[in-house]
Amino acid sequence: MLGLIVRRAASSLFTLILISVVVFAGLEFMPGDACTAHLGRDGKGAVLEACRARMGLDAPPVKRFTQWAGDILRGELGTSMQREKPITEIVGWRLRNTLVLSAVAALIGIPLAVLLGIIAGLRRDRLFDMAASGTALVAMTIPEFVSATLLILVFAVGLGWTAGVVTIGYKAPLLEMVSAAFLPAVVLSMVLAAHIMRMVRASVIDVLKSDFVLMARLKGVPQQQIIWRHVVPNSLLPVISVIGLTVAWLLGGVVIVESVFNYPGLGRLAVDAVGDRDLPLVQAIALLFGITYVVTNLMTDIAALLLNPRLRTYRA
Amino acid sequence: MTGLRATLAYVLRQPSGAVGLVLVAVHLLIALAAPFIIPYDAATQNAAAILEPPSLTHLFGTDRLGRDVFSRTLLGGREAMLISTLSAICAMAWGSLLGIVVALAGGLLDAAVMRVVDAMVAIPWILLVMLFVAALGSSTAALIPLLGFSYGLSVVYLARSAALDFVARDFVLAAQVRGESRWTIAVKELSPNIRDSLAVQGAMQWSWIFLAVSSLSFLGMGVAPPTPDWGQMIADARGIMRTAPWTVVWPMVFLSSLIIGVNLAVDAWAKALGIERLGRTPQS
Repeated sequence: MLGLIVRRAASSLFTLILISVVVFAGLEFMPGDACTAHLGRDGKGAVLEACRARMGLDAPPVKRFTQWAGDILRGELGTSMQREKPITEIVGWRLRNTLVLSAVAALIGIPLAVLLGIIAGLRRDRLFDMAASGTALVAMTIPEFVSATLLILVFAVGLGWTAGVVTIGYKAPLLEMVSAAFLPAVVLSMVLAAHIMRMVRASVIDVLKSDFVLMARLKGVPQQQIIWRHVVPNSLLPVISVIGLTVAWLLGGVVIVESVFNYPGLGRLAVDAVGDRDLPLVQAIALLFGITYVVTNLMTDIAALLLNPRLRTYRA
Repeated sequence: MTGLRATLAYVLRQPSGAVGLVLVAVHLLIALAAPFIIPYDAATQNAAAILEPPSLTHLFGTDRLGRDVFSRTLLGGREAMLISTLSAICAMAWGSLLGIVVALAGGLLDAAVMRVVDAMVAIPWILLVMLFVAALGSSTAALIPLLGFSYGLSVVYLARSAALDFVARDFVLAAQVRGESRWTIAVKELSPNIRDSLAVQGAMQWSWIFLAVSSLSFLGMGVAPPTPDWGQMIADARGIMRTAPWTVVWPMVFLSSLIIGVNLAVDAWAKALGIERLGRTPQS
């Protein structure tokens, strides 16, 4: 048990190292470097040389990588080219805002998805199931920028209930941030909920066919008890690890949704940084996203191992 | 494995499959015929007809530069469809080749390759694609290999697990005993068996890539003006949707109906072939 967790953690660590190599190497393959991108047309002669010397870009790639990775391990993400500030300072608050947004989205999406998935699975191919599954298909296929625009059109422009875009600063107090995150979180949770709902539904249908449910039926266990004691707990187990995977998806959506709603988080910062050609900043954000993905997956896998003894017999 | 005609009949018998197939067919038809039926040039600005509501002269109205929204909407999916098709082919080609090869090879090579793929999947590709576009300028030629590479990663998983279902079967063992080369086994024994799931996966990839291209266009990093594109049109019209909703509604209707159509059709198709449909891949 402990051994399995340690092995799983070790492989996550390895994944993290690989991610940092890829994020670093990705920029090496690009024509130009952080300085030519930042300086644009002015990037020639002495100015370019000075910039490269300042950023330490004149060193060979391997040395720069160890330097960069060493800084990260000390908690230093480098210096932004455009903003000329330490990246840690720029990223800190926005990371909090993105975490707030994802948390609100998960709190809305996951319980809703689990509930709908259970009901749809239990009433397979009946009206409720068809309506819920159909809605889920639409919700998970429409791109975030379309559903976001649609929500703004209906709730902000049509009904006038909320402001269409977020206007508060990135250092706003937590409570204001939570309320600002509501509409963007609804958009994010739609995709999330649709995917998890389909998983739960499929899992419920699977468990309903299992021998132990048949056994419970045959020995005369009441239907309600079969559902709540046997079907539901067992069908939620496989879903736990799926929730970790959908986090990656949430992160991809965050980039779009934050831009649409002007929400001051990491995703919008990433788009701005790309626009400014601020390579060190983009690199740092890509790495942060990768770390978040790996850590969440590690946590959900460990949770699945703790809750589901059957997984422990399989080799990871 | 049933023939193409039987599969098609099965898809059409399901209401959702029929709806999906019709939507896809209509979109294909529009995309192909658009250049011949549009009433106005899509890029021509008309200062005398700015933000006109829908009328008989401008069926979907005009945008903030006086361009005809109907013409632009009809043309708006073409470039993204082309990019998605080429990228999906690219993704399927390298992804399924690598997946089958590592499944057949097994052992250390399999473990090493899959570990690297695991790490690659954790990287937010949308950021790297955006970065490349920012550095190289948004161009179709740059988008195709980038999207083809990042979306091929999940194909590796699928092709590998599909191939693994068969590598231990008797007919593969028989081929190995006969002394067939690995290449022959991959082409003659494995490919026919996993062709169906790869085809379904390819169609799914197409729709996810289409979403990615539209999202990039929305952010100003995909299809570049003057070529009209739905994502780009929606981004362009968002600021004025309070006063001129027609500028934003039509591209949204077209984009959504295409994506929903593809997904309904693929769902029904996967069901007809008896394949579990796969979810949206993490990096999309």
